[in-house]
Amino acid sequence: MPIKKVVELSLWERTYVPEVIKGISLTAGHFFRNMAVHVAQLVGLAKDSRGSETYQYPEERRPLSPRLRTLHRLTRREDGSPRCVACMMCETVCPARCIYIVAGEHPNPQIEKYPVRFDIDVGLCIMCGYCVEACPEDAIRMDTGIIDLSSYTREGMMYDLKKLLQLSPMPAKTVKASTKPEDLGLPAPLATPGGEQEH
Amino acid sequence: MAYIIDFTIVTFVFTTVMGFMFLLTWMERKQSAVMQDRIGANRARLFGLPPLLGLWHNVADGIKMVLKEDFIPPHGNRFLHTLAPMIALFFALISFAVIPFGGVYDIWGYRVSLQVLDLNVGLLYVFAVMSMGIYGFVLAGWASANNYALLGGMRASGQMISYEITMGATVIGLLMCYETLNLQEMTQAQGELYGGWLPMWGVILQPLGFILFSTAAMAETKRVPFDIPEGESEIVGYFMEYSGMKFGMFWQTDFLETVLAGCLIVTLFFGGWQVPFLTSDGFHFPWGTDWALPAIVVMLMQVGAFLFKVLVACFVLMLIRWTLPRFRWDQLMRLGWTMMLPLSILNIIVTGLVILLIRS
Repeated sequence: MPIKKVVELSLWERTYVPEVIKGISLTAGHFFRNMAVHVAQLVGLAKDSRGSETYQYPEERRPLSPRLRTLHRLTRREDGSPRCVACMMCETVCPARCIYIVAGEHPNPQIEKYPVRFDIDVGLCIMCGYCVEACPEDAIRMDTGIIDLSSYTREGMMYDLKKLLQLSPMPAKTVKASTKPEDLGLPAPLATPGGEQEH
Repeated sequence: MAYIIDFTIVTFVFTTVMGFMFLLTWMERKQSAVMQDRIGANRARLFGLPPLLGLWHNVADGIKMVLKEDFIPPHGNRFLHTLAPMIALFFALISFAVIPFGGVYDIWGYRVSLQVLDLNVGLLYVFAVMSMGIYGFVLAGWASANNYALLGGMRASGQMISYEITMGATVIGLLMCYETLNLQEMTQAQGELYGGWLPMWGVILQPLGFILFSTAAMAETKRVPFDIPEGESEIVGYFMEYSGMKFGMFWQTDFLETVLAGCLIVTLFFGGWQVPFLTSDGFHFPWGTDWALPAIVVMLMQVGAFLFKVLVACFVLMLIRWTLPRFRWDQLMRLGWTMMLPLSILNIIVTGLVILLIRS
């Protein structure tokens, strides 16, 4: 422990009055500057000046760092189908065990598998980003910038394949504003995988 | 007719004082926020009116206070517990009676001094009433059946007594200068010009007295640099067991005492309702220019000047309250007894010597 030296106040400082005046001139400076901005904004002027350090959260968002881990999304292939090959790496590495994947056989033998189900329980997720690190296909990312994850029900915190995929933009040529599974670029399942019911 | 004038004055003083209190509850929140680079209250709306920098939050606060449960501790004294905030608020309110908010005017043939009570011992009255206010806080601490509250009440009494002495001793310097206890006469005396150009305000005649008095007045309001009776971080204070509007009354007392401190500082040291070079028939500037004004304009200007000065004083008091950290109990006592009391006595001696030199 370094020894802390007690700084004795000089006689001038111990009279308090000049130091108090110094203090209140500082705070008064802040007050008049900020109040001028607030009043100007009240009548519609000085839109770019900030009268405070506060971000008025729901209306005004602070800029997020691009490194920040936010809500997950599943990326897409060129044809809009998920890049995920259901290798279970993310599900295995997840310390919170919030990922649940059911694999199905892909018609393309080069791809082998695709996720029939891909559920993330965001209520359990600890935002560690291990799933992103573990993914060999760059199929899952945490860069949506969505941080206000909340819901009135537990079910609302469940993000399934459809929801996670929608967070990725469709590749330019197949842009469609549809939410039907076949329009999301999912292939029709060849075989019904077992164990789908036991979630 | 005289009754109507009296009634008007009383109503004006009461509504103005309550209005100031209302304003200060807003200022407390907004000013503290803005000077700390925060935003502060800016959400509440009243009947669809725009938030206006959070002005309507007072109304929301009031509704909240009134609707809250009024809790009385089971072992507390019900009667005293209810009485205490009333005493505190009552004495804070009636001390405004002698504050002159305007000069002496002829209205409909009556000679009217713009104050509720033209008392020739007005200054003593203010001090007496302010000391009586302690009973409210001590009773609140006592009747709550709570050791922390009791401690807060005891601290309140100790602090008030210590600083009242300084306050009283400081004012003696002013009494020697103006030779009156009547606040109206004292204010009128401050309108005289020294050497034809310098208004003889208390702050010019008694600079040390001004600093000591405003410090003691701040201590009387029990707000932050001197908030030992509350001590939110350690004992919560004498109003610990209060809720709802009874708690609100203590809060109002706090703001009223701030307004009172502002009124006293303005009346005693900043010329009260005096506007420099403005006499009853208009401006007489020292460089020879005269600007005649009708009596009603002069009256309105003087009342307006008083209100403006009080507002500025309240602003500065609040600025100090939100700038300085609080004293410790021992530091408070040391400041009060070993620094301010000797200085105020020194102030009396020096003032006496100077007066003696000038007169001889």
